[in-house]
Amino acid sequence: MVGIIGYGVHVPLRRITVEEIARVWKKDGKKISNAIGVKEKAVGAFDEDACTLAVEASRKALETAGISGEKIGAIFVGSESHPYAVKPTASIVGDAIQASPEYMAADLEFACKAGTAGMQMCMGLVKSGMIEYGLAIGTDTAQGRPNDALEFTAGSGAGAIIIGGKQEEIIAEIDETYSYTTDTPDFWRRQQAEFPQHGGRFTGEPAYFKHVLGAVKGLLAKTKMNPNDFDYAVFHQPNGKFPKQIAKMLGIEEKRVLQGLLTPMIGNTYSGSSIVGLGSVLDIAKPGEKILMASYGSGAGSDAFALTVTENIREKRAKVPVLEMIKEKEYIDYTEYAKHRKKIKTM
Amino acid sequence: MPHSALPLQWRRYPERYYLKGNYCENCKQSFFPARTVCPNCRRKGKLVEKSMPHSGKIVSWTELFVGPFGFEQETPYFLAIVELENGAKALSQIVDSDAKKIKIGAKVKKVFRKISDIDPEGPIAYGYKFKVVG
Ligand SMILES: [Zn+2]
Repeated sequence: MVGIIGYGVHVPLRRITVEEIARVWKKDGKKISNAIGVKEKAVGAFDEDACTLAVEASRKALETAGISGEKIGAIFVGSESHPYAVKPTASIVGDAIQASPEYMAADLEFACKAGTAGMQMCMGLVKSGMIEYGLAIGTDTAQGRPNDALEFTAGSGAGAIIIGGKQEEIIAEIDETYSYTTDTPDFWRRQQAEFPQHGGRFTGEPAYFKHVLGAVKGLLAKTKMNPNDFDYAVFHQPNGKFPKQIAKMLGIEEKRVLQGLLTPMIGNTYSGSSIVGLGSVLDIAKPGEKILMASYGSGAGSDAFALTVTENIREKRAKVPVLEMIKEKEYIDYTEYAKHRKKIKTM
Repeated sequence: MPHSALPLQWRRYPERYYLKGNYCENCKQSFFPARTVCPNCRRKGKLVEKSMPHSGKIVSWTELFVGPFGFEQETPYFLAIVELENGAKALSQIVDSDAKKIKIGAKVKKVFRKISDIDPEGPIAYGYKFKVVG
């Protein structure tokens, strides 16, 4: 038996609206906002990065799990905005949560799906008995090139999941996982480049949709389940529209997607995206309910999971639900945004 | 390029990451940052390592409009003396808080932030800041 024993989500305080970004570039903000299904995005402050968000999310995950950092046997941090090119984020997170030095750690990168890859690695380690508990984190302070389409959605946030194997501690059992990966260059960032590049419309059909559908269909075949056997579905959410479209393609009712669809309010949190959505679902899911989750990482791949919520969820939910947490916010204009995200070159 | 201050910085990680200070078993007082000698008991003191609570209240604060070297671009910002729940005091920046809520007696909690990142090719220093809650 293996499953989630704790979860934590952290979204920074500041927000910028799509309309404010559009104003600067003399574009039609309302039109863009409707087209991408995003109203505003969360922005990390100048003193926040993928590492600080990961630490905050991990502390919340330990709190819901009710265990101390010393118990963690593995830490995997998935991000495409690791603060260092060389020097792990995972060891900083480990020290900050007071893990004992006796844990394995690595930073992962697979565009937006490195966090779910970390969940799978923790599953394997827990199942094999190599570790008791593993911590997997998806975190990003995503950057879009000024006046690029990505600038409207590239947000900041983190989700942390603790995986364990004891029945009495598991809040959501992971029944099955299935991954689907091909070499598809829809989005990338070279080593020295500050901002990522992407293939425009190429990021849709042959990339996001093909891989997420591939993973979900593989999962359904493996579990002999139907899409509507799931009470909730959480998909990677680069914008507010793709998850609804994928649900439609799979014949899943839209209402099952909404609880885990945060991008309209906080933007695309990249590696955090599907895990933040899962956190929001765990905030309200009842024992016995089933959750479908599928991440997506450009480059390209998707990890799908089938989860069943257990009785233990009643005792172990986040103190502050995700939908409540994101209500605490402070709007900033483009100038402050540029300052916080260091888009001004002399800073 | 070697960074000569690194060992000094690194030794302070426990203090900066999770408020490790110390506690005198003789006079039962907590200290942050950790003291080498108990100021109350001197030679009779018996200091042991102890992590401080992560919440407290503001006992004094100021707003800085001219920052020292390395903090010039962070202005204006708030600096406060925070009394932790065990009575120990920490000097800290106050972030993510409405200016109207920053006052003596305001409840605060610790957050994990970058505290210095001035050299784009150098090491990043992480540590504590506080934010007003409620
Ligand atoms: Zn003493």
